[in-house]
Amino acid sequence: MAVATTPQTTAERAAAATRRGRGRKVSGGAVAIGITAWVVGLLFFSPVLWMFLTGFKQEAQASTDPPTFFFTPTLDQYRAILDRNFAPYFINSATASVVSTILVIILAMPAAYALSIARIPKWRDGLFFFMSTRMMPAVASILPLYIIAKNIGMLDNITFLSLIYTAMNLPIAVWMVRSFLVELPKEVLEAARVDGARLLTEMRRIILPMIAPGLAATALICFIFAWNEFFFAVSLTATKAATVPVFLVGFITSEGLFWARLSAASTMAVLPVIIAGWVAQKWLVRGLSLGAVK
Amino acid sequence: MATVAYDEASRFYPGSDKPAVDRLSIDIADGEFLVLVGPSGCGKSTSLRMLAGLEDVDEGTIRIGGKDVTSLPPRERDIAMVFQSYALYPHMTVAQNMSFALEQAKVPKDQRAKRVREAAKILDIEPLLDRKPKALSGGQRQRVAMGRAIVREPQVFLMDEPLSNLDAKLRVSTRSQIAALQRRLGITTVYVTHDQVEAMTMGDRVAVLRDGILQQCATPLELYQRPANAFVAGFIGSPSMNIREFPVVNGHARIGEVDLPLSSEEADGLAREGADTVLLGFRPESLDLATRGEGFPVEVRLVEELGADAYLYGHVVGTDDAGIDAPDIVTRVDPARTPSIGSTVYLRVRPGKEHAFSPKTGLRLG
Repeated sequence: MAVATTPQTTAERAAAATRRGRGRKVSGGAVAIGITAWVVGLLFFSPVLWMFLTGFKQEAQASTDPPTFFFTPTLDQYRAILDRNFAPYFINSATASVVSTILVIILAMPAAYALSIARIPKWRDGLFFFMSTRMMPAVASILPLYIIAKNIGMLDNITFLSLIYTAMNLPIAVWMVRSFLVELPKEVLEAARVDGARLLTEMRRIILPMIAPGLAATALICFIFAWNEFFFAVSLTATKAATVPVFLVGFITSEGLFWARLSAASTMAVLPVIIAGWVAQKWLVRGLSLGAVK
Repeated sequence: MATVAYDEASRFYPGSDKPAVDRLSIDIADGEFLVLVGPSGCGKSTSLRMLAGLEDVDEGTIRIGGKDVTSLPPRERDIAMVFQSYALYPHMTVAQNMSFALEQAKVPKDQRAKRVREAAKILDIEPLLDRKPKALSGGQRQRVAMGRAIVREPQVFLMDEPLSNLDAKLRVSTRSQIAALQRRLGITTVYVTHDQVEAMTMGDRVAVLRDGILQQCATPLELYQRPANAFVAGFIGSPSMNIREFPVVNGHARIGEVDLPLSSEEADGLAREGADTVLLGFRPESLDLATRGEGFPVEVRLVEELGADAYLYGHVVGTDDAGIDAPDIVTRVDPARTPSIGSTVYLRVRPGKEHAFSPKTGLRLG
């Protein structure tokens, strides 16, 4: 079979193989699945698109039924938002999200290490404890939190909100980081110990670079959760420490909805998350599938 | 460079009442190449990891260079280890992999670079220094793992089946290279393998373990010629020794139709135990083809032609050896004149080449 009856170069044979691959029959089932996936995907994306478009409309165009698709875009709504002093809310959100994410990662690393590599006694219970803190609905804890904040004079304080977000995201981060740590080859860590590494060196020089994609994914998820958090923000802040989600609901008033303005504000609110996700997407995919692909 | 001593060292894994390593005592001389060998689960890797400090020592002590290291962490033992999976740091280049330990030991930067280059030269991996482990073949990774160990000039090398991930051909060549390198560097080495050929060819001495208990620790030749018990006899050598229980009549072991005289020490040993049978072993190369009356009859079941040698597999006629489960008697024969399958041949044990073991304890008699 491999005997060359007609002289062919390797390049020609490779090209022929590609042609054969391209001509492969696609089954009807695969086509149906493909179409379904596209329809569902577009369906999910349509509200985001609607929000994005509405932000560039005038209020009158925004509330027509059926929605208008052809209009003269305007930046009026964005101007109006910036006039309403959007920046402090944005800075508060950014502070709470970034600070809590950094704290979460710093705390989750050693906690996850103790629950996976250097297993403490009763590590299963520890793991369950972390998860159990997420089982109670947030609303059940708001009263004590409010009273604590009030008594220590930290109501409407961004530091307090950052700490709340840290506590809120820590269990998820511990679970995620732990799942990356248990996938690490044990022998590599042992090699580092034999090579003379102490605990901190082992963490910083060996473990950290190996789970970096996973840490990035964890950090991104914590950032998104903190950025989007509404309940604690609206309950524990008023004017000084209010975050972007609190700002957004300001457009839902008893006089009516300002669709265009709300859409413009929402678009600005999701922008940082989209940018962060886009920057981290390469790492994110690797991080979320860490261990699965060796 | 240092001596290593296991002194009654035991390891109990949590939740198990049987020790993984049971009162292991071995003295390893300075510069010696000691191989720990045994079937899987025999405790050889655990013993090595106890020496490395990666496994707790529950009883007894371990000393390196006369110093008690039993409770020291790995980093304070001045040892270098080569792992079965190589355990290279995947995010570091080959050069960084090799200099990591030196960095931890606070060796100045220029010296680190020099030592890495020297080690790389010895192992012929200089062109690979800037590569990441992912971009290396299995054999190259193995060399880097060796390089990471030798660059440190430690007191002891520990090697945990470093060749088992290589293909057969590379394994044979790397085997001799490691042995030669160890002799050149003169660093005390403890090497774990399950492969008895590796053990025999590499070690100055070989320690055979079974179920956590040391069976025998001796030179390869002594293990082969004077195995201390039936387990060592069966484990060392390929194809393995034929070991069977035979009745004893008047100081002779009766094999089928022929009698094999036992030495007086062997007979005395049996008499002391009051045994009327003997566990007799003879290696495939200690059997000769003979004529009827001289040897015991064996029906040929299979002939393996290896080119230089041929091995004949069969069962002793007239014994309950004929069952399909019974291990075959294996004999080395001249490949130019192999008997045909199904025929009956007569085999004779070369005088003095038999090994007699107690049927009760399995220990060597005489």
